[in-house]
Amino acid sequence: MPAPEQFRLVFKHIDEAGYTNDLACYLRNGGYEVLRKSVLRKPEELVDEVKKSGLRGRGGAGFPCGVKWTLLDRKSGKPIYLIVNADESEPGTFKDRYIIHNDPHQLIEGIMITCFANKVERAYIYIRGEFPEGARILEKAIAEARAANFVGPNILGSGYGCEIYVHRGAGAYICGEETGLIESLEGKRPYPRIKPPYFPAVLGLYQCPTIVNNVETLCHVKHIAERGGEAFSKIGTPNNTGTRILCVSGHVQRPGYYEFEVGKITMGQLLNEVCGGPLPGRKFKAVIPGGSSAKVLRFGERYKGKRKVGAEMIDYDWALEDIPMDFDSLQMIGSMGGSGGVIVMDDSVSMVEALANINAFYSHESCGQCTPCREGSLWMKKITGRMVHGDARPEDGALLKSVADQIAGRTICAFGEACAWPTQSFIAKFGDEFKAYPEAKKAPRADGVPELV
Amino acid sequence: MIQPAKPDLITVNIDGKEIAVPKGTNIIEAARRVGVDVPHYCYHSKLSVVGNCRMCLVEMGMPAVDPATKAPVIDPASGKQRINWGPRPAIACATSASPGLHIRTTTPIVKECREGVMEFLLINHPLDCPICDQAGECKLQEQSIGYGRGYSRYIEDKNVKPKRTVLGPRVMLDDERCILCSRCIRFSKEIAKDDVLGFTDRGSYSTLTCFPGRKLENNYSLNTVDICPVGALTSTDFRFKMRVWFLKQTNSIDTESSVGANTVVWSREGVVYRITPRENDAVNDTWMADSGRALYKRIREGGRLESIRALGSETTLDAAVEAAARLMAAGGVAVVGSGRSTVEEQFLSRKLAEAARAKAWLVSRVGEGDKILVSADRNPNVRGALVTGLISALPSARLDALAGEIDSGAVKTVVSVGEDLSAAGLTAEQLRKVSIVYLGTHSNPTSAAAKVVIATLTEFEKHGTFINQQFRIQRFAKAVPGVAGATDDLQALSRLVAAAGGPALGADVGSLWPAISSEVPALGTMSYASLPDTGLLVDGTPWAGLPFIEGPTLHFQPAQKEAAHV
Amino acid sequence: MMNLRPETLRKIDEVVTHYPVKRSAALPILHLVQEDQGLVSNEAVEWIAARLELQPINVYELVTFYPMFRQKPIGRRHIKVCRTLSCAIMGGYRTCSEFQRQFGTGLGEVSSDGEVTVEFVECLASCGTAPVVMIDDALHEKVDVAKARELSEKIKAEAKSAAGTR
Repeated sequence: MPAPEQFRLVFKHIDEAGYTNDLACYLRNGGYEVLRKSVLRKPEELVDEVKKSGLRGRGGAGFPCGVKWTLLDRKSGKPIYLIVNADESEPGTFKDRYIIHNDPHQLIEGIMITCFANKVERAYIYIRGEFPEGARILEKAIAEARAANFVGPNILGSGYGCEIYVHRGAGAYICGEETGLIESLEGKRPYPRIKPPYFPAVLGLYQCPTIVNNVETLCHVKHIAERGGEAFSKIGTPNNTGTRILCVSGHVQRPGYYEFEVGKITMGQLLNEVCGGPLPGRKFKAVIPGGSSAKVLRFGERYKGKRKVGAEMIDYDWALEDIPMDFDSLQMIGSMGGSGGVIVMDDSVSMVEALANINAFYSHESCGQCTPCREGSLWMKKITGRMVHGDARPEDGALLKSVADQIAGRTICAFGEACAWPTQSFIAKFGDEFKAYPEAKKAPRADGVPELV
Repeated sequence: MIQPAKPDLITVNIDGKEIAVPKGTNIIEAARRVGVDVPHYCYHSKLSVVGNCRMCLVEMGMPAVDPATKAPVIDPASGKQRINWGPRPAIACATSASPGLHIRTTTPIVKECREGVMEFLLINHPLDCPICDQAGECKLQEQSIGYGRGYSRYIEDKNVKPKRTVLGPRVMLDDERCILCSRCIRFSKEIAKDDVLGFTDRGSYSTLTCFPGRKLENNYSLNTVDICPVGALTSTDFRFKMRVWFLKQTNSIDTESSVGANTVVWSREGVVYRITPRENDAVNDTWMADSGRALYKRIREGGRLESIRALGSETTLDAAVEAAARLMAAGGVAVVGSGRSTVEEQFLSRKLAEAARAKAWLVSRVGEGDKILVSADRNPNVRGALVTGLISALPSARLDALAGEIDSGAVKTVVSVGEDLSAAGLTAEQLRKVSIVYLGTHSNPTSAAAKVVIATLTEFEKHGTFINQQFRIQRFAKAVPGVAGATDDLQALSRLVAAAGGPALGADVGSLWPAISSEVPALGTMSYASLPDTGLLVDGTPWAGLPFIEGPTLHFQPAQKEAAHV
Repeated sequence: MMNLRPETLRKIDEVVTHYPVKRSAALPILHLVQEDQGLVSNEAVEWIAARLELQPINVYELVTFYPMFRQKPIGRRHIKVCRTLSCAIMGGYRTCSEFQRQFGTGLGEVSSDGEVTVEFVECLASCGTAPVVMIDDALHEKVDVAKARELSEKIKAEAKSAAGTR
């Protein structure tokens, strides 16, 4: 079956000739009309629309956005904050960048509708430090919006007011974790908080109820407010509604960003048709479907079982290419949809070296707060580093898996899983390559195969 | 007195054992009460919870109920309510008792969690045990034996960090040993109110440090050494001096001020090596001031008196007592007792004053209270003097009235129990004019001018009790034998009482106390043997109207809102 | 003595108003100070701590945690090459080696003429156009060895003309 067309909802204006990131252009394209209508509605109605829409977070966890908003403690009397997670740092992910740089007003409109719906009066956009231009663009856009009364006190004469501030990070992946982000925003070392008791919905920024949402998620809120939650829920597939931007990188002919209805495109359609298949003379070997924290999948493997479709349980028997790119399917076959970063590796890549690269990333980014992740991530990096640059032993694969098993599920935050899953899945899927590596690495390196660590 | 309200009790189940604990009790504490050890590093009962060591991971479950009817779901096999065990282990330190909570600590998953954490803590830990002061009281050693896997799989290079860093005048830091539990940082910020410690860099390279140029030098810095679970923070004073398993521990009281922090004196073969705090949740929690720890140095330093002298030459106790008796018989006697004497010594001082028909005085010592564990009253036992009736009003720093009586000739003999009269304002001339009987530990102008000197014991060398600012009577024990040539204070005083014509009284705490409890109304219901280790509150209402000088400290609020000194 | 430009001081005063708790301004102020001075000295750390009513260690902890803050000077141009998976499998390490070769400098050092510092950084979120490099604030995409050479020539040319006007 041929791949469907892209459904450019959030990315409608990305790459559009003549589209600029200033307010005038946004207004010409119907901008802020949805906000205008939204501030005339009841906030609870808007929350309801988001619940009905089934929107799931686009930052990596895929948590239902409406449920997240419902968990907010609205009775404490403390101010409620919105934090926009613009810290896009998950390796393989490159979508929020384009929204911020090329269509910032869509984000601002989504933010304002979210704030109005949740009676938030102050929002912070936490943008990664490596987007200095993006921070400037956002500040300019906010200033433009404020001048036009879309942001600030008394929005569009409604009596409701909300301020947005841009807050730059400084190069730490852990600031993408919601409680790490909150600690960083408070001016402290970004050590994620223990949950319980520090659920952001109850004890978040400055110990006040806080929502933390991804950039893309907030853009979807605007579209939900526009079309209605029910209509939005008909886009995509059940429980995996709406569209999502898939970011394909690595060894394909046409890497890049592509927005599709969730679950309506398969891995094979995405990689072979949309992205043009493997590079000349090469074959696909492995793919990580949801950012580097997701478990790797091996080309050639099959997935069998029963899954729920409607009210029935039906059999599935999939090749890797048959997997629909939605949260539930990817989780079901042992990986995750995550942030939508699809990293493709072909047969020129040594999985041991690829893992060494990934382990170096996680050990560098570990905040160091809790024992398993702090010590385990560095240990795994030292093992794979030694395998590549020093003495590799056949039993190192088993040792790596054993170390990773001691991390996942034992840490304060999901970084434990994020650093353990690559190792666990690489060993599970490519264990043969790890065993053979001590011998295989003695052979001379093929030309054109770059070092990875 | 109104009884405190009974706290809400909740039943939790730990490894099959049920226990009722007050609502909100931390699970680690609840487990301790049923004899279950939940190993941990970063948790401390007096500090905020961070949950970063992950050693206390246990399985948790709640009883299963039908979501619709709320009826309990019964497991057909056992006939008991089924427990829904959580899919992942959870940290015990961040969990408080809630009704029906079930904990499992002996399952394979918990064993694996502990082995995993122990392995991770040891892979970058230096093999310093042979040269590390913490050996013998090191939680890493204890828990690796108890819960570790027992062998190492680590063949990579260990992280290198600064060793032997002088963090402050009394604390030495070895960053390689640090397990980054953050107890020291939390203590400095939350208890000592000196936010001077922090972590730099990140990940496994995180390092404990002060900002360059700053030091950990507040008066509570050594508490970080106590609570450091490993040998990262060690006491410079104690460094390399003694292995802890050779030391005998004796319960004692800090005499630096009227706070009366509870302590442990560590000694071997008659030598004291260090002092650490002893837990008393009503007085000092688990802390004490650095300045109080240094007091053991007075045992050897500062000019210790080591003999009995009468009229210029060394002599026996009998001869000295007789000489003192002759002086007192001439009349015009004053007794200067001490706020540093024990309750028992103050009782005998009063008896002596009565027998010699003398007025009794006390000298005050005032400093600045630090609102933590050093109060403004630098005498540990002024209230003992009030309770035993030695004095009836608060003392002043100078003995001007006594000086006047010496000048006028009304007072011809002064018996001083450990107080240097020149520090209290008496002139050298007055010291020469009057006959002095001096009982004390260290030489000073008064002991030099005295006609009779009896060397006595420091608080480390005798038994006794003190009454602190809360009117709590607290017991301390003899840690080391007295220096050769010194006489037990109660021995000396009871002999003097008898020699002055007073009653025969016991010369040790055991035989003296019946007399104390029968004659001192506030202590009437007590006996020395039955005093608990955490002390007992004495009814202080007869003295409630006195203008005590202490301000608030940990666990103490002065009765009046205004205090003369804070 | 801190010699911050008046504009920087003005921006610091303004950014502090964005937060109900002063400590939150630590990160933005660190950025402003580093942009002003080229690095964050210990003196600056103490100044910022005093400004925000914190202890110096509270600010020092941040400077050493976040890789974007530096306490040592760097070259006039900052070349940051991404080394995370997507860029690595597309040749990022070779790109970095080329930059180092072009300027005769090691990783993290200041080149002998003071012009560049070449460093690795983690994923810059532009994986579709790997290998990716940031030079100062600008992103450069699809930087293979040839393009690295081109960009190096450009930097050298800019340096020469700047030297002419210096």
